[in-house]
Amino acid sequence: MMLLANQIIDGLADGAIYASLALALAFSYRSTGIVNFAQGEMAMLSAYLVWQLMAWGMPLIPAAIISIVVSFAAGALLYVSLVKPLSHSSVLTVVSVLIGLYLALNSLAGFLWTYSIRALPSLFPKAHLKLGSFSVSVETVGIIAVVALVLVLLYFLFETTKLGLAMRGAASTPDSAELVGVPVPTMLLIGWGIAAALGALSGILVAPRVFLNPTMMFGVIIYAFAAATLGGFDSIVGAVVGGLLVGVIENLVGTYVPWIGPDLKIVVALVLIFGTLLIKPDGLFGRRKVARL
Amino acid sequence: MSLLTIKGLHAGYGSRTVLHDIDLDIVEGQIHVVLGANGAGKTTLLRAVSGTIERSGTILFDGLRIDHLPVRKVVASGIAHVPQGRGTFSDLSVDENIRMGAYLRSGSDMRSDRERWLTFFPRLRERLSQQAGSLSGGEQQMLAIARALMLRPRLLLLDEPSLGLAPIILRGLFDTLAAIRQETAMTMLIVEQNANLALAVADQGVVLESGSVVLRDSAANLTGNDEVRRIYLGYE
Repeated sequence: MMLLANQIIDGLADGAIYASLALALAFSYRSTGIVNFAQGEMAMLSAYLVWQLMAWGMPLIPAAIISIVVSFAAGALLYVSLVKPLSHSSVLTVVSVLIGLYLALNSLAGFLWTYSIRALPSLFPKAHLKLGSFSVSVETVGIIAVVALVLVLLYFLFETTKLGLAMRGAASTPDSAELVGVPVPTMLLIGWGIAAALGALSGILVAPRVFLNPTMMFGVIIYAFAAATLGGFDSIVGAVVGGLLVGVIENLVGTYVPWIGPDLKIVVALVLIFGTLLIKPDGLFGRRKVARL
Repeated sequence: MSLLTIKGLHAGYGSRTVLHDIDLDIVEGQIHVVLGANGAGKTTLLRAVSGTIERSGTILFDGLRIDHLPVRKVVASGIAHVPQGRGTFSDLSVDENIRMGAYLRSGSDMRSDRERWLTFFPRLRERLSQQAGSLSGGEQQMLAIARALMLRPRLLLLDEPSLGLAPIILRGLFDTLAAIRQETAMTMLIVEQNANLALAVADQGVVLESGSVVLRDSAANLTGNDEVRRIYLGYE
């Protein structure tokens, strides 16, 4: 029973990380209809930036905050330099460019920081919270709390502010957004910035768990894709619920299905993607477009 | 006096010019209707005014040139454009659609405006939290007009408000437009296939043919004009 509870809590922490990266994917997809294959590698670079700032003597928390802000700017720059110029190109062109970016960023990290493993300290103290005989690490609880806080902030941005409404309008019907005076490209740029910042958060949270190296996001991005697919890709709620579900399922299957274990766990993500597309292609929360003439 | 003055306007899509040398004067406080067959350039005329297509020539709005301005600036100068097919934000709620219309406004009197327009469109009030994409065609048209009015425009451009609507809904829509004009004296430029309905609420009319103005007169005279009756009103 204790093991089950622990696996679920750990799963939720992993799931929170997948959720923030899945949210990043959902944001770029909603605003521009483009799946950013390089999202994971951008997150990896964000984590390296924290490591580099610390190597230069900066404490962890300020380094993490700077990295997230820089990542926002990098996401915006990516939109302006690659995504916007390609907005009228075919899907295949865009996919090719983003996969190229994936490889380029991966190599860049290897070039700058080599392929050897480095340790990035956790944002949270190495301690355990005890509730009777039940014990859970501060990091696990901390990850869940940080992602929950970010979700609340995003909710307020999108549901209560004028900027949030304009961003949703610009993503949903750009032509009409222009006609009410919304600067659509600026809104999409902010969307890509937020996506990169969310990705950075996932990278910074996951790096202490998997060690810092240029391929550290490979597993995470697959799980995030599974989460986004399960949730419905264009749905914010879906990305979060999908992320948490994938995290918990991954942990439970890895623990209780002996022949899967830690090595085959990644297959769980692929089965989830495949199953969702087969049974419910719009995902759990993906909005089936309602349109009447 | 004239609110919108168009001189020597050419406009089109890429290399294809649709409008040729259009001259037009829209008098403040009046409703002007643009009639013409499919492909005559009616929609293009509205898009040229709001800047959603390439155009050349002179467009003066309240004495200022707007023919080189991007859409956002044209809208900010006080021209609201309800595009053909309504352009509802179908993912957003009805209320959010209305709030989108007030994007350029600073906010304090937004609520009273919203209340004011909702009295003209009571159906929308009942559906404020509903997703806009699930509204009927007539309701979406009302929503698009309400959204445009939230801008407090001095000139309202309406592109085929009757498109796809049942006759009974249509009647109500034009009655509402007439009521809005009655109360606000708002200037409107309406493109419409349903010449009967449009001429009934309009002060002035223009007939376009192959991208040129072939006839302009008061709405009353156009209604009595034999050729207009034959071609656009469907009787001899």
